Amino acid sequence: MAALSEFTMPSLGADMDAGIVLEWLVKPGDAVHRGDIVAVVDTAKAAVDVECFTSGTVQEILVDPGRSVPVGTVLATIAVPGEAGPAAVPTALGGTTASAQARADGDGHLVCSPLVRRDAARLGVDLVTVHGTGVGGRIRREDVEHLAHPGQASGRVPEVPAAPAARRRVSPYARRLARELQVDLAGAAASAVDGAVHAAQVRAAAEAAATVTSAAPAPAAGAREIGAAQRQAAMRATIAGLMARSKREIPHYYLSTTVDMSAAMSWLRDRNRELTVADRLVPAALMLKATALAARRVPQLNGSWRDDRFVASPAVHLGVAISLRGGGLVAPAIHDADALSVHDLMAALKDLVARARTGRLRGSEMSDPTLTVTNLGEQGVESVFGVIYPPQVALVGFGKVLDRPWAVGGLLGVRPTVCLTLSADHRATDGFTGARFLDLIDHLMQRPEEL
Amino acid sequence: MTTQSLTREAAHAAVADALRRVVPDADLESCPPDVNLREEFELDSLDWVEFVENLAKRTGRRIDEDDYASLETLQDSVDFLSRPGR
Repeated sequence: MAALSEFTMPSLGADMDAGIVLEWLVKPGDAVHRGDIVAVVDTAKAAVDVECFTSGTVQEILVDPGRSVPVGTVLATIAVPGEAGPAAVPTALGGTTASAQARADGDGHLVCSPLVRRDAARLGVDLVTVHGTGVGGRIRREDVEHLAHPGQASGRVPEVPAAPAARRRVSPYARRLARELQVDLAGAAASAVDGAVHAAQVRAAAEAAATVTSAAPAPAAGAREIGAAQRQAAMRATIAGLMARSKREIPHYYLSTTVDMSAAMSWLRDRNRELTVADRLVPAALMLKATALAARRVPQLNGSWRDDRFVASPAVHLGVAISLRGGGLVAPAIHDADALSVHDLMAALKDLVARARTGRLRGSEMSDPTLTVTNLGEQGVESVFGVIYPPQVALVGFGKVLDRPWAVGGLLGVRPTVCLTLSADHRATDGFTGARFLDLIDHLMQRPEEL
Repeated sequence: MTTQSLTREAAHAAVADALRRVVPDADLESCPPDVNLREEFELDSLDWVEFVENLAKRTGRRIDEDDYASLETLQDSVDFLSRPGR
């Protein structure tokens, strides 16, 4: 007998008490895997793609789209196959046999291993277009490889449905979304990050189409987007609540220093000469990398304040404050930013900003930043002393890169500089630790080639 | 990539298109040709890179960082794109 696992309304950040399921992407009987996006949840700030954390079969959907429910409410149940004995087959599946299930409803719910799904995602292959050669039509890794690199792998080339759109690298979720939003995939731009079409590009294409003709396509069943004005008000109220809590509970202390950016700027200049415009780096990529490395070396500032004590985070998930067009702010995380190369960090940053503004963020990105960076210098201010996002204990601010007079070796020169600031929670650390942290970022920025 | 100079109309259309992909509601028609595009449309450095990327893709023209100064306003951008490429 299978065990039942509960899929609950997740907490997507300290500022979230309740959420609305906008849309279910699964139905009873569907096989789901850990990490699959199963629902779109609306918080005051954004519509967020929510992943599930167990693998199994969706048993029952308990909360209909459109209803606001508190964090922790059971939204659906998932039957997790037991180690012994046959898995309970939900009645919704009816008399579906194993082999029929393998091709399912032709809608992406195909029987294949997580490994195959990951390969397909990496290669940009839509599993619907893959001809499974395994037992009962099961898709094997070779089948995915065949489709991605026809003729390269050994063995016969599988039959591929010759749909024109299938020639483009389109993520399965993007394909489904395109169908729902009635977007022509041929008209969707490819992601700058990997050249494939993802959900964000489909949404962008849908938005572009909607602005051309005011007769927007009918929304997907169950999706009830909150009006723009209403979202504005909700976003404002959420920011108000969280920031008031921060200033009420957190005794902030503030530090600042001025960093010589000449090494960083000339390194960027040299690098960017060799890079195509799509891969070009901006100073923010170096700033984020230096901050992430410094956070790893000064763990007292990287984590959260819970139950009257500081809990250090083993990973550095760097929150990035992103202003939204039309007002408001989100600060989703770049996971394990300290382990990414500057180029990967740049790609992650572009992807995150694009999804924050046009597409959707993922639940995990919203819920777990360990330290946040604000780069308000982009808007022209010399320095920014931010308000800490609870339960985090610090916030790093970068101002505008400005040419300033700079004394070095007894001589006065003009150098590009940036004002680097830290707002930190005095309950968790003292100024000494904060000062060491800023000094470390400064030192790291002087050796951009090592970042 | 061979770079041909564009007509001013084509250059204008390319700038408008590249910008609208970054700022969907950007209205270039009512924007004076000499205002700073970054300031007028509140483009941050990532927006700017995306704008340049779009422009390069659309026109087939190589745009280096050194050229950014030639793209500050609509007027500058049209001048730059309608000049023969190097």
